[in-house]
Formats: sequence, C-alpha cells, structure tokens
Amino acid sequence: MVVDVAEVVTELKATYTSGKTKSYEWRESQLKALIKMANDHEKEIIEALRSDLNKPEFEAFVHEISTVKSSCKLALKELRRWMSPEKAKTSSTTFPSSAEIVSEPLGVILIISTWNYPFLLSLDPVVGAIAAGNAVVLKPSEIAPATSLLLSKLLGEYMDSSAVKVVEGAVPETTALLEQNWDKIFYTGNGKVGRIVLAAAAKHLTPVILELGGKSPVVVDENINLEVATRRIIGGKWASNCGQTCVSPDYVITTKAFASKLIDALISELEKFYGNEPLKSLDLSRIVNSSHFNRLTKLMDDEKVFGKIVHGGQQDKTNLRIAPTILLDVPEDSMIMNEEIFGPLLPIITVGKIEDSINVIHAREKPLAAYLFTNDKKLMDVFVGSVSAGGLCINDTTLHVIVLPGL
Amino acid sequence: MNYLLSWIFQADLPVAAFPSRAELVPEPLGVILVISCWNFPFGVSLEPLIGAIAAGNTVVLKPSELAPASSSVLANTIHTYLDNKAIKVIQGGPSIGEKLLQQKWDKIFFTGSAKVARIVMTAAAINLTPVAVELGGKCPAIVDSLSSSWDKEIATKRILAAKFGTCAGQACIAIDYILVEKKFSTTLVKLLKAYILSMFGEIPKESVGRIINKNHCSRLRKLLDEPSVKATIVHGGSYDEDALFMEPTLLVDPPLKSEIMTEEIFGPLLPIITVEKIEDSIEFIKSRPRALAIYAFTNNETLKKKLASETSSGSVIFNDAIIQYIADSLPFGGVGESGFGRYHGKFSFDMFTHEKPVARRSFLTDFWFRYPPWNDQKLQIFKSAYRFNYFEIILIILGLKKS
Repeated sequence: MVVDVAEVVTELKATYTSGKTKSYEWRESQLKALIKMANDHEKEIIEALRSDLNKPEFEAFVHEISTVKSSCKLALKELRRWMSPEKAKTSSTTFPSSAEIVSEPLGVILIISTWNYPFLLSLDPVVGAIAAGNAVVLKPSEIAPATSLLLSKLLGEYMDSSAVKVVEGAVPETTALLEQNWDKIFYTGNGKVGRIVLAAAAKHLTPVILELGGKSPVVVDENINLEVATRRIIGGKWASNCGQTCVSPDYVITTKAFASKLIDALISELEKFYGNEPLKSLDLSRIVNSSHFNRLTKLMDDEKVFGKIVHGGQQDKTNLRIAPTILLDVPEDSMIMNEEIFGPLLPIITVGKIEDSINVIHAREKPLAAYLFTNDKKLMDVFVGSVSAGGLCINDTTLHVIVLPGL
Repeated sequence: MNYLLSWIFQADLPVAAFPSRAELVPEPLGVILVISCWNFPFGVSLEPLIGAIAAGNTVVLKPSELAPASSSVLANTIHTYLDNKAIKVIQGGPSIGEKLLQQKWDKIFFTGSAKVARIVMTAAAINLTPVAVELGGKCPAIVDSLSSSWDKEIATKRILAAKFGTCAGQACIAIDYILVEKKFSTTLVKLLKAYILSMFGEIPKESVGRIINKNHCSRLRKLLDEPSVKATIVHGGSYDEDALFMEPTLLVDPPLKSEIMTEEIFGPLLPIITVEKIEDSIEFIKSRPRALAIYAFTNNETLKKKLASETSSGSVIFNDAIIQYIADSLPFGGVGESGFGRYHGKFSFDMFTHEKPVARRSFLTDFWFRYPPWNDQKLQIFKSAYRFNYFEIILIILGLKKS
C-alpha cells in the first residue's frame, strides 16, 4: 500500500492547527502511552531487535527500551516547567516594559530514524517532539525491518494517530517525504544522506537537525587501571551493537611503549566477554546486512591493512558475523583510518608521547565523541580544551549518551 | 536502607553512572561566514560579528553590495581596528557570494530574503554546514479600538515610527500592514494622516528615508499601480523614482489577493485591512505565513492572551513596535517562513558556540554487570538499578533473589 505522503502531512497540519497537540494533557497522555507501550510489548521489541541485529537481550533492554522510558519519564517530570514561560529581564532602554519567552511547538516534524538503535533512535526524538507539542511523522529505517514494522503497529495502536504517524519505506518514500513542507526535520544517519536531507530542506527553508557520526578516538595513557579501561573500551565498542554505534570508540591512540600491554589486556578481557569462539557468542550483535558486511571485510582485507591484524579477523558471511578484531599501526592513508568504521574492527595507532595523540585527532574531522583514559590531570585539561567533538568522556566510553540524562 | 543508598548513589543518576561528574563546556565553532543585508548595513553586520567574536570564532563578513558606502566603511574600519588575521571583510556581489558559499565554514549566518536564503542553505548542504537565516515576512499590527486619546496618540506615533520612520519601512520587523475594526478605521486613518504630517512634515521627501535603489522603487511602484489597489489609496501615493522617493502612503482594504497583500512590502506603503470584530484579526494572521513579529495595540488582556497563544511568530509585541530589537534579553529570530536561529545578547554567543558535554568517570568503582557475558542475573540487576531499587540489587548479588 503506497502512502500518500502529501495527504498525511495535510492531515497532521490540520490536527496541529486545531490546537490539540498544544495542551499539557495531550502531551502527557502521549508520553504515558509510550511508556505503557514499551512495558506491554517489551518481549516483542527485544525479539524485533534480535531479528534485525541479533542484538542481545541485555543491550536491547539497557540501550534501547530503558533509555526510551527514561526519556519519557524525564519529560513527564519536567513538562510543566519546560512549558512555562520564562521571564526575561528588561533594561532601561525599553522602560517601562515586561517581557517573557514563551515556548511553543513548531508544528509538524519529520523524524527520519536509523537502523542501529532502531527503537531508541526512532522514539527518543519523538519524545522530544511530542513533549514540545508537535505533530510527528516517523520514518523508521528499512534496514531494520522488524523494528520498523513493530513501530508502525505499536505507535498506531498506542498513540493519537491523528497527530503521530509512522511512514515505513525506503528511498522512494523518504524522497516523497522530503518533498513536503515540514516545520523541522530531524535526521539520524550518515553524512551522505544528511546532505540530501539538507538540500531538500533548503527548498522550504526548513530547519534541520543532523545526528551523524564520525571517527570517535580513544586516547589511552599509561598508569591507569588497565583492566577497567579495557572493559570500558570493549563495552563501548563490541558490547554496543558490535561497534555499530555512532559514539563507539572507532580507533585507539596510545604510546608505542604501552601498545602491547593494551593489546594483551584487550585480548584477555575479550575472551572473558565472548569466550574463545566469538563468532558463536550470543552476546554479540551481528552485522546488520550483507552490504555493511562487505564494506567491513573490504576494510579488513585491504592489503595494506590485513597484515596489521593482531587479534581476531574471523568472518562468517552466512550469519553476517565478524569477530572482534584488533589492528596495530595501520597506515594513516588506509580506508579504515579515513572512514567511520561502524563495526567490530579496532585499529590502534601508536605515537611517541601521549600528547601527540591530540595531533592525530586534529588531523581528522570533528567526531561525535572523543574519549581519554588517564589519571594525568594536565592531560585531561589539554584534552578538554583542545579536542572538539560532539561530547567528551574521560575514563569511560559511550556512557555520557546512554546513561546520563542531562547531557 | 533505601534512603541511605539513595543518598550515596545520588538518586538522580542511575547506578551504572556512579560516580561521575559532567559539565557543559562552551567552545567556538571555528570559522564563521556572516552574510549581511543592505537596510541596516552596520547593525546587521556587526551584531552577529560581536556574537561570533565573543564566542571565540574567526569570522568573514560579507556586507551587502547594495549598500556600497557602508560596505566600504565596514571593510576599512574593521581591518584597522580588529585583528585582521582573524576577522576579515570581503566585499562584493553575487559572484563573490557564490565563491564564499563554496568554501567550508563551521557556520553560516545569513540575513536577507527567502530567495537567497534557499541558495545559501543549498550550498551549505554540500558541506553539512549549520546555518541560521534571518528573514522577514508581513509583520501585522492589530490596532484595537482605543478609547483614551493618550493611548490613541501614542499608538499612532509608534505605528508611524515603526513604518515610515524605520528606513522608510524597509525593515524585516517594520509594520507591514494594519488590522483594525471597521468601526474604528475612520478614526485611525484620520489619526495616521494627522501624525504623518506632524512627524514627517509638509515635504516628507526630506524626512523619510530613501528607497535603496531603482529596482526596489519600481517594485514598490508596481504594487501601487494595480488599478484595484490604486483605488484604495487614502493618503500619499506619489513617488519620484529618480530621487528614489516614495511618499508615505495609506491604503484601506486593498484586495487581499493583490501583491501588496501577498508579498512583504518592505517600503513606505501601509495597507489598513478592516475586520468586523477585532478578534477576527487573529484568524486572518493565522491563515498566513508566520511573520518575524506580530504587533498589537490594545488594552484588552483577553485579546492579548488569545493572540499570543493562538498565533506563531518570531515574537509578539504589545503596544509598541521594533523595540524588541534592542531588548538584549530577548532572542531575536524567526520561525517558519521568517527564518530560524536566534541572536542578540547571550543568544548571539550561544548561536556561535558548541556546548560540549564532558563526562568524567573514576576507575574506582566498576560494575561488573555492565559487561558481557550477559546472563539473567546481570539483566535483573540492571532492571532493579533502572528502577532505583538498590535494595533489590543487593539481594540479587547476595543470591537471595532469583530472576
């Protein structure tokens, strides 16, 4: 069934104009409905994520379901405060006067989601849009079809479908959606499609938010608690959707002197996490589809890179699985060091002194996240002051987006 | 026990995040391109520049070539007074603009027309450059039936200053048109005529700003030349294209489909649209694209509330106009067709800043249930932690509670 996208937008605009979505009661009811939906259908959500990504139940619950519920709960707790006008100071130049800043919804929002955290990255922006009183169209990623279908079914059942709609589909449907006139577009995905979204939005002067990715570096200093650090690196890499996470540690930078210690620690902890046959481990997500599998094997099989594998490298094409793979000192101009990896390959780049790692980071585009493991306060200050990234986390990875609600 | 644990674990942070500390660190974006416009060539060039500099960025300013004298003065003074290794002015027209847009910027700040904004956004898309666009729109002024003569005088003066006294109406927040109740319209027109005379004199050519150039002058003339529009002129209507002058002109109820009522006027022509009841003006405004500002001259608190809650615009001002521009504590910017992005005061700083979250963790405590291999026990602990049920966690750890 082909959805008439223009009709969907017209309907949503009419709902929005009626003022229904602006009331506190409506917003509250929708947020509560999302929580109920996540609770009532937890099993089905976990199954869909297993089907799409072979995502372990733990990851599905912790990274996706509980995060969505947390977002809803925070919004419910703060909604009245967020909605209330903010008094603004007035100065003598406009005396006498009073002023306030009043929050109002934008109107009808298009949210284009992605495949790696298909539940979370679809609903987290929806929570925000609804809390702000907007009507929403969600386009889940077709690369995670089970979750896309489930979202369509569940949101249809639990949400006010005159104001919240799901449009499933691939490139043709997305193109049709992008031709419409939205009050804002929220896109999560890659830079290539991000450009297409921006260009389409330009025609209607639509403001856009892009959540992309990048090569998030991890700088590992010496004199740290290596056991804890490696567990946290593994946690952010392989235990986060097998490295298919926008804020996953992409590559590591450490000193030449420390590299072998770090590699040994990683290998040891990896075995504790996934056993000695990681391709069979149920605790590791698979690669999402054969296109990404081929992309990753191409990065690994590159003749300049293949010889640098120090651990892992096993592949299972039938089941779309790649073992946790560590590489040491791949050439700076290899593809694996110039594209976001988004998979279970971890290159380690070595430098003479740990301070040189900042130059390695600066030679590349600003990443979504940057990590540092150190006990050296001076290095921490230099890092925070000179590394520009979406967000920084010191002595841990990914936690700053998954667990801390204020950031 | 729960109380003690919640005190230790800081109830707001889920247990897996303990202990940690987080902050938002403001940092500059990098190199900013500011594209300015011709009607307030100094103000609109320097205001974003101030924000970009305060936020620690380097800046290229492209002033509008339609205001060449200002563009030249800006270039000379900025290069003399500011650090010209970090702040540059590049003068020129569309071809320079095009070349600038092909470069990679960390943000582009554009003030101008919707048509050019689309070009800027399309160019920015290629490099995923974030953009802010300050546009305009048809800013309406609702004029309620004011009873006191003091109120009537003040309102009239403020309206006229916000139209003819602000760059001859060539301002994004100038009053574009008026909405008034039929029964008050004659009074209003009389007042407007009287105060146009007292404010701009017998020879307004000497007191009203010029139209920027011949193109815009003939654009404005064309708005008036439509016969069905010309017939509604009640004051003014004369012009001198060579002198780039248009007389302050009032019209009553020009056809709503005419260009003067569908395009942003950006000139000294003031249509007055009459409605049956003043509340009808709200529906009128709602059915049109969102403007940069909505003005209402009224003492009716109910009307004010209805207007603010039912319409959407960059801002809403009661009983004055233009004044929001100098209120630094209020963000200045549009919504919908009037643009996006906001500045002035601290909002300028924020516009050119990346607020970077920095989370800091300690090695001291590490919770084993964060890591694979996953099992039911770990999942249970996490579920309990998620519910902040720390007592349950202890039971699970001690083996006293099974999943």
